Amino acid sequence: MLRRFPLLLVFCTFLAACGPVWNDPYPASEQGRNIMYSAFTDRPKHLDPVQSYSEDEATFLYQIYEPPLQYHYLKRPYTLVPGSAAAMPVVRRYDEGGRELPVSAPASQVAMSVYEIRIRPGILYQPHPALARRADGTLRYAALSAADLEDVRVLADFAETGTRELEAGDFVHQIKRLAHPRLHSPIFELIAEYLPGLKTLQKALAAEAARTSGALDLERHTVPGIEIVDRHTYRITLKGAYPQFLYWLSMPFFAPVPPEADRFFGQPGMAERNLTLDWWPIGTGPYMLSENNPNARMVLARNPNFRGEGFPCEGEPGDREAGLLADCGKTMPFIDKVVFTREREGIPYWNKFLQGYYDASGVSSDNFDQAVTMTSQGEVSLSDDMRDQGIQLLTSVSPSIFYLGFNMLDSVVGGGPDAEAQARARKLRQAISVALDMDEFVSIFLNGRGVTAMHPIPPGIFGAREGEAGINPVVYEWRDGHAVRRSKDVARRLLAEAGYPDGRDARTGEPLILNLDTTPGGLGDKARSDWLAKQFRELGVQFVVRATDYNRFQDKIREGNAQLFFFGWNADYPDPENMLFLLHGAQAKVKESGQNAANYVNAEYDRLFEKMKSMPDGAERQAVIDRMVAILQQDAPWIFGFHPKAYSLQHGWVLNRKTGSMVRNTLKYQRIDIERRDAARGQWNRPIVWPLMLLAALAAAAIAPAFVHYRRRERATALGGGR
Amino acid sequence: MFAYVLRRLLYALPILIGVNLVTFALFFVVNSPDDMARMQLGVKRVTPEAIERWKVERGYDRPLFFNAAAQGSGQVTETIFFQKSLRMFTFDFGRADDGRDIAQEMRDRMGPSLALALPTFILGLFTSVTFALILVFFRASYLDFWGVVLCVAMMSISSLFYIIGGQWLVSKLWALVPISGYAPGLDAARFLVLPVAISVIAGVGSNARWYRTIFLEEISRDYVRTARAKGLSERVVLFRHVLKNAMIPILTGVVVVIPLLFMGSLLVESFFGIPGLGSYTIDAINAQDFAVVRAMVFIGSVLYIVGLILTDISYTLVDPRVRLE
Repeated sequence: MLRRFPLLLVFCTFLAACGPVWNDPYPASEQGRNIMYSAFTDRPKHLDPVQSYSEDEATFLYQIYEPPLQYHYLKRPYTLVPGSAAAMPVVRRYDEGGRELPVSAPASQVAMSVYEIRIRPGILYQPHPALARRADGTLRYAALSAADLEDVRVLADFAETGTRELEAGDFVHQIKRLAHPRLHSPIFELIAEYLPGLKTLQKALAAEAARTSGALDLERHTVPGIEIVDRHTYRITLKGAYPQFLYWLSMPFFAPVPPEADRFFGQPGMAERNLTLDWWPIGTGPYMLSENNPNARMVLARNPNFRGEGFPCEGEPGDREAGLLADCGKTMPFIDKVVFTREREGIPYWNKFLQGYYDASGVSSDNFDQAVTMTSQGEVSLSDDMRDQGIQLLTSVSPSIFYLGFNMLDSVVGGGPDAEAQARARKLRQAISVALDMDEFVSIFLNGRGVTAMHPIPPGIFGAREGEAGINPVVYEWRDGHAVRRSKDVARRLLAEAGYPDGRDARTGEPLILNLDTTPGGLGDKARSDWLAKQFRELGVQFVVRATDYNRFQDKIREGNAQLFFFGWNADYPDPENMLFLLHGAQAKVKESGQNAANYVNAEYDRLFEKMKSMPDGAERQAVIDRMVAILQQDAPWIFGFHPKAYSLQHGWVLNRKTGSMVRNTLKYQRIDIERRDAARGQWNRPIVWPLMLLAALAAAAIAPAFVHYRRRERATALGGGR
Repeated sequence: MFAYVLRRLLYALPILIGVNLVTFALFFVVNSPDDMARMQLGVKRVTPEAIERWKVERGYDRPLFFNAAAQGSGQVTETIFFQKSLRMFTFDFGRADDGRDIAQEMRDRMGPSLALALPTFILGLFTSVTFALILVFFRASYLDFWGVVLCVAMMSISSLFYIIGGQWLVSKLWALVPISGYAPGLDAARFLVLPVAISVIAGVGSNARWYRTIFLEEISRDYVRTARAKGLSERVVLFRHVLKNAMIPILTGVVVVIPLLFMGSLLVESFFGIPGLGSYTIDAINAQDFAVVRAMVFIGSVLYIVGLILTDISYTLVDPRVRLE
């Protein structure tokens, strides 16, 4: 029968291939295997560790590359621990005369800091053709001809792979790559401030790059300040004191890259085939990129050469009760393969998560109401539907801030050069800070997914105080154990003191008009703008939204032509320096092309910042930070908006998952209960066939009278008219 | 005919230069080379020096159209427009801002785009023509009336609704096919069933109505009356005679889109996770990647021109009276 009906044969084959679950998007061969399924929205731009600087890319890179340090997976506040380093680096500080200084010595005395890093012996690279060698020890693919590359399309087309032990020279090679003129490392300028040898190297490499279009040989160059002590030890000498450097050592910018990789990918014909280090990373981490198709899917497979690492046995209070220490000491990674599928749209992503085809998901505004319920006390819990599916909700406050900045170069909100005008402008900014109810903003526009900010430092980072000591006294008062926003009357009084009683200039009678510069779809879009206008209206102030495209908005910020603007910052590392520098005078956007978009300059603040940034955490540093925060709260160059709260959902079969934006090498810690997942998928995705039958019946019902009609017409005669 | 095709191809050159010029001008009205550099280098910690280096390396440090600092012909040739456009006419698209070879990327993505677009095109055409002929067959009956109502209803609904509703109903509720995704080879079939079905359904309303109008016009011609007078059945009259004679207006709309099938569908590819050329264009626009946007617009123009020439050629095949001179 099947032979007579080939379509039926195809259909039966199709159904047989689907197995008991028809809507499974993954191959049947993957069923029951120890694979984690995840999704990504934006394709990664860079996978080269000197270039990559975004969260999307970090998801992949941190699993592949092993910088010397890493964050402890469970401990909070975030704690650095050795990664590929054998121990925490030994840091020695010296004065101008070369005399070693004690740790407590003030930063001003420190002429140089020496970081000696010893790496773990025996670490191996992932199998990679760049490391394949012939029997005589020479590199197998170091001198490829055009003919050799004729049939090569992907990395797997190279028949042989090899590995070798990680060496200190690989870390040094990567530091040199920061200065590579064709790689455009985003942190080059920052690091070169402390490692001036990099600038010299870049000049030399730029001159070489101008002479040749071929690959640059970094091995021929040395960098003052970086030296290889022995096979497993290297030393970095920084100018002055820069304690935050340790945090940078936990990022892929400082992960090892073997020089063989640059030599391999730098050969003629490789880039034309999209075979670059930017596309095919080579690391020593628990996973390696086995499939790279960022249009559809990217796959991380277990690195067979990974040394194995024990699951941590310590955490913060509550971790043991949450089962996060159950795998204490067990060898990681637990998962064999991680499949990332590209989902450009939120709806299919969400539905596939609910079907069990993604192990975890975020919570977007579209599906917030379906996923989460809020109690009248503002507490968040999972909806019943989610709980019935065994889904769990994880929340954490992100080390980020979104703020409404005042451009201090603007004569109205900044005040100009005149001290009296500056004082009035300060009152104006304070009045607006009080009037704009950011608690309401977070509640309305973020479904409560944010913590109102009192100052730039997010909770969980040293320097952020809690309770009464942590409130912004200009905007809040402490009442009955709670921070209570000051009333609009306070805002009106401040506005009058600023010279704008009832929102009008006391001297000219002209209405006060404030302008928000924003981008369409940004934090200042229509609904939010309407809400802001309402807040300003209550003060009698006119509010104008000047929407423009993203590029022009950036131009306005750069040129200092904005007045009020929404901006944000995601911390690179958990140190108050990385937040408070956003208001440092030396970072002023217009004058210094820095990150201080408000162009705020305060001599005392700047002096304290310089002092604070090199201090070790402790009471003395806290006191300095308290003073800096107090200055900011009084000067109000920002309306300290909110610290976003990350909401993440996971199925019950995902184990050992802990939120924490700073820890990005998370995959090796996670585990999947495969049996539970397979059972749930089978139960949730039973195909329902009767609608197809119903459709067929309906079609038949529609066709039958038509067929009758057709037959009648065909048989009709001219006289009979078909009756 | 060869001379005609050659002449049309030569006419295409100024059109392509014009399209290239307009694309270039429009792109750089809203983006500057600095903006492109910032988009690539990221917004965190990007220094003016880094932006300058990026521009020099990619050739975006020159003036857009006229280089006053250069001498002679260099004033025109040492510009971004000239340098970036000339290679295009040899189909050398260069590299995307992320360093990937654009031609290779196009080749990789053409397959998935065609896998979606070709069955959609064929099935859509077959369904629409058949449905239109059935309506014409039952013209002036309740079936024709409700058929037209159905067509109007179907064409009034946004294609986004079909996509979201189809995914929810067929994949989520009935669990019959995957919601989204793609796999190479034969396995692609189960990912393509739903997007193809949705695309066909979303297009059948407007197409069937259009074809019905054409067929109705044709059916009132003398030769149809003659055919009926000869005693041919209505089915033979419609499917053999009317359909053949109505081909010219149908071909006008249909053949021109055949080459454009390579370009993919922006919306369907995006929602169904199909890694085709449509989503490539969207990605490039979002990333302000001028090289890719320009290449896609150029290829689109070329294919459109090819489509128009094919349309003209197809006229000669269905109507022997047509001569291309």
